[in-house]
Amino acid sequence: MTSDQIRQVILEILERIAPDEDLTDLDDVRPFREQMELDSMDFLDIVMELRKMYRIQIPEEDYPNLNTMAGTVSYLMPRLKDVAVGA
Amino acid sequence: MSDQDRIVITGIGLTSPNGNSLAEFRQNLLNGKSGVVDYETRYMGPVLAGVCNFDELRYQKKKDLRRGTRAGSIAVYCANEAVRDSGLDWPNVARDRVGVYIGITEHGNVETENEIYEISKFQYDTKVWSHHHNPRTVANNAAGEVTLNMGITGPHLTLGAACAAGNAGFIQAAQMLRLDEVDIAVAGGVSESIHTFGIFASFAAQGALATHEDPTKACRPFDMNRNGIVVAEGGGICTVERLPHALARGAKIYAEIIGYAMNSDARDFVLPDANRQAECMQLAMKRAKINVDQIDIVSSHATATEQGDIEEASALRRIFADSKAVINNTKSFIGHAMGAAGALEMLGNLPSFDDGIAHATINLDDLDPRCALPNLVINQPRELGNVNCILNNSFGMLGINSVVIVRKYVG
Repeated sequence: MTSDQIRQVILEILERIAPDEDLTDLDDVRPFREQMELDSMDFLDIVMELRKMYRIQIPEEDYPNLNTMAGTVSYLMPRLKDVAVGA
Repeated sequence: MSDQDRIVITGIGLTSPNGNSLAEFRQNLLNGKSGVVDYETRYMGPVLAGVCNFDELRYQKKKDLRRGTRAGSIAVYCANEAVRDSGLDWPNVARDRVGVYIGITEHGNVETENEIYEISKFQYDTKVWSHHHNPRTVANNAAGEVTLNMGITGPHLTLGAACAAGNAGFIQAAQMLRLDEVDIAVAGGVSESIHTFGIFASFAAQGALATHEDPTKACRPFDMNRNGIVVAEGGGICTVERLPHALARGAKIYAEIIGYAMNSDARDFVLPDANRQAECMQLAMKRAKINVDQIDIVSSHATATEQGDIEEASALRRIFADSKAVINNTKSFIGHAMGAAGALEMLGNLPSFDDGIAHATINLDDLDPRCALPNLVINQPRELGNVNCILNNSFGMLGINSVVIVRKYVG
């Protein structure tokens, strides 16, 4: 997947776990939690969705990498580079 | 009894398969309108169920619905509706003096089944088991979700009491108010049971799951052709207060809870016991300091199972054979709303205090002689004139019985 495709996947996950939020103007470099209601259980939903969709195991010590969209895409790029969209 | 010990119902919120407010529910009970429909459940295929269609987003966000449970959502809707109906100045109510007491038949099955189904798609890898499972399945979930939604910091309990649970919620409220533990109770019962296939499958395995080509005719208490339970979801929740508290704020008073009782059969996991049911009703009347002649309407539990109806009819005959009380039933309209059943059954009868009418039990075309009852209100509502007292009878598995008696409040 490309970085744009990964971003789109993350956006779709966020839309599912925060269905009341308008994510149109999401700033990729600002922390998610500054832009939307996202508590620790929601954050675990992101991790769980990635696990279900791509069988990625994200260790807890890596969670800080997922604080922003840019950080998340950057973290996932090497792990999803060989994965097809929708896999 | 001092006025401080007198307990009154001041607000009502409900969702039933045939109505999402007391007015709509009552009208459909008087009109004989069923809420039972065809329903698909996982693994079992088509069944019949009482399904609610309330506005889930009236008091919750989409995210709240995703995070919580159906039982929680029903409870949140009904509790908010009750508070709104009560006229309480909610922003200025001391929330640490509000208690939430909600009866439920079972809880956790829906979420557990959903999670097992989900991990089955991942070769049963428990690493995809949801972190939401525990907060969704803790036994206090329904009442706890109400406190989260409404900012209530007083005590909350979800009371597991099988199908006697709706009454149990009201009883707990009355007791906590009399103990001065709270000033306002948000109390009643809820059911999310149609979302678990297990409850349908288990009743089917018992030979106690109703079938009928016409869903609206499927629930047939006391009828020769009854063939079991129609599972339903729903909720009935009230604001309950001590009389002086309600009077001080000029509240509308729907009814006074004058008596209640709970007891146990100590006999069988499933089968009810007419002896203990009769004792429970008698104890409630004794506590209410009334005799049988003062009861105008008996709201029967009547699940439309073979033995359940026979046992209850036996208990009711023992007490009401020579009385003026008429006997009706709500499950024939909506199915068995489990934890909500007792609450909905009582609430649907409360308007009788104003209109003097007893709604019927419907789908009773061929009375089972073993269920013959005095003054059974069959298929058509009955004008009674003045209604002062209603006895609401409930019972459930493991031999749990509950009775609540309410009286018209006359200031």
